[in-house]
Amino acid sequence: MLQIIISGIVVGSIYALMGLAMGIIYKASEVPNFAQGEMAMISSYIAFVILAVHGYGFLFAFTGAIAFAFLLGIFFEFVFIRRAKNPNILSLIIITLGFQMVLYGIAGWKFGSDQRRLSLPFSDRKTYNFGDVVISELGLATILAAILLMLVVWWFLSSTKTGIAMKATQQNSMAAKINGIPTNKIMSLSFGISSIVGAVAGLFIAPVTTLDPNMMWDPLLKGFAAAVLGGFGNLPGIILGGYILGITENIYGYYISVEFKSVFALLVIVLVLWVKPSGLFSRHHTKKV
Amino acid sequence: MDMKRDYYEDVQFLKGAGLKTWFFLLLVSLVVFPFIAPSYYVYVASLIGVNIIVVLGLNILVGNTGQISLGHAGFVAIGAYITVLLQSSGIPFPVALVLGAIIAALFGVVLGIPALRLEGPYLAIATLAFGLAIEVIIGRIDLFGGHMGLSVRGADFGFTRIINETEVYFLILIPLIISGVAARNILRSKTGRAFQAIRDSNIAASAMGVNVARYKTMSFAISAFYAGIAGGLWAVLIGFINPGQFNFVLSIQYLAMVVVGGLGTILGSVFGAVVITLLMLQAESIQLIPILGPMFEWFSETFMTRSGMPNITWILTGLALMLIVIFEPLGLYGLWIRCKIYWKTWPF
Repeated sequence: MLQIIISGIVVGSIYALMGLAMGIIYKASEVPNFAQGEMAMISSYIAFVILAVHGYGFLFAFTGAIAFAFLLGIFFEFVFIRRAKNPNILSLIIITLGFQMVLYGIAGWKFGSDQRRLSLPFSDRKTYNFGDVVISELGLATILAAILLMLVVWWFLSSTKTGIAMKATQQNSMAAKINGIPTNKIMSLSFGISSIVGAVAGLFIAPVTTLDPNMMWDPLLKGFAAAVLGGFGNLPGIILGGYILGITENIYGYYISVEFKSVFALLVIVLVLWVKPSGLFSRHHTKKV
Repeated sequence: MDMKRDYYEDVQFLKGAGLKTWFFLLLVSLVVFPFIAPSYYVYVASLIGVNIIVVLGLNILVGNTGQISLGHAGFVAIGAYITVLLQSSGIPFPVALVLGAIIAALFGVVLGIPALRLEGPYLAIATLAFGLAIEVIIGRIDLFGGHMGLSVRGADFGFTRIINETEVYFLILIPLIISGVAARNILRSKTGRAFQAIRDSNIAASAMGVNVARYKTMSFAISAFYAGIAGGLWAVLIGFINPGQFNFVLSIQYLAMVVVGGLGTILGSVFGAVVITLLMLQAESIQLIPILGPMFEWFSETFMTRSGMPNITWILTGLALMLIVIFEPLGLYGLWIRCKIYWKTWPF
């Protein structure tokens, strides 16, 4: 049982990171970013190219991929999201879907649909034992990296001046502008940061699955489910939602049926939305006219 | 110019003699088309027809009611499977088709009920989940042929069986015209105006006495009905259905057709379905385009991979989606209107 929970926490970390990435963008611009998974996928490919094709070290590849993800996020916001005329949510969702298609196409064009292997220095064969719980080195690294990243994001949002400016922009962008916050830059920055969070999730899931253009589809969906579970506007809720989803999914897969494991997340989404339309941990706010 | 003198002139189905002539010419050319075109193009036209039916329905939901659906492939799948199963159990095709569409519409109501309280991203994810769940569930049930799918042998009318391309073309053309006229009439009726009121402002609509719950559910049901009809026709057209066809990508393609064509317009649905269907069919033979083809080929070999070339259609569709939302929110229909106004008022 404990073993199942631990492996649930490993996948849960990935889901939580994806959910967190979507949550950051949602808080900034009220749009669920469907391109999140593909942005992470392209960043993982960048790591692969640096690592396997050019033969540089892991640390260099990792920072390269992160830097690329940051720039990609900013590029996306600056070139497409910002240009939309009087945007409503529908048109923004469609822009993210379009960007997803473009990135998917580029990855497929450049790398074909062959499955490649991204090898991190953490192996998934080497294992550690804690009592009677076994955890692979990669799993341990995933959990630690996720927690570290979450702490960094939390520190950034609550303690730095830029982070507080981000919060202010999310709450009332007009008032923030009046107070001298460059809201456009803050918006770009939100996309950049969210892209980094997503890319880390991608880098840690690529060695487990394989590196191909479809690899982020499932994590994206699960991240989405985590975000819905926790309530989109509530970042700690999203993280909790990710871990809950990872653990329950694993328990479900172990005790009931592996076959329908992928439907389980969907079922969770629909049930939660049926009972609480704004997620488990956030209050339902009614819109004013 | 063309002044309206009374109300009935304003609500006429076709306004003015010019439009009537064009409509008649269009009908004639659609009827003549399969007898003069090569059979592959008849197939392509039929495929476009099926997609137009889906897009007409989806446009009522997305463009006119302002709800998003990322799971429309699910409704198409329900329509296709129910029609095929009923037909193979001996029910004549037209009855099976309508029953399949009604069952799809019931699913639309079921999805519409939770959708009443959801908006924006939550609705998107709920419909997405629905579409994916339908795909997975159909793949696991033996009655539906599992992952292997079901094969369809034409449309069985009891006394005759429609199987060749020209006949299937007309089998699709008739429901297509009916559904186009129906969509136009729905949108001009009280129901259609209620849809648009909900799109423009949920709260204002309910304050004006529009029953938001009822009309939102109705919009989902109508749009699912259209998708169901299209599903049954599609199954007959390609002669084979399996769960993999009705995936998320298909839902996105339908949405792309709506957006590229023009949100909330009938003519836009037609434009979008034609353009995106042709673009997707072109995917396999992108190097055959006259001048661009060799250029793409050279670019692929130098910088990208040869085997990944069909992916260019993804890039083009994605770019088209983004650029249209950014620069021309009414899509191809908006461009068409602009050209029309430009020529009408020329030289001013």
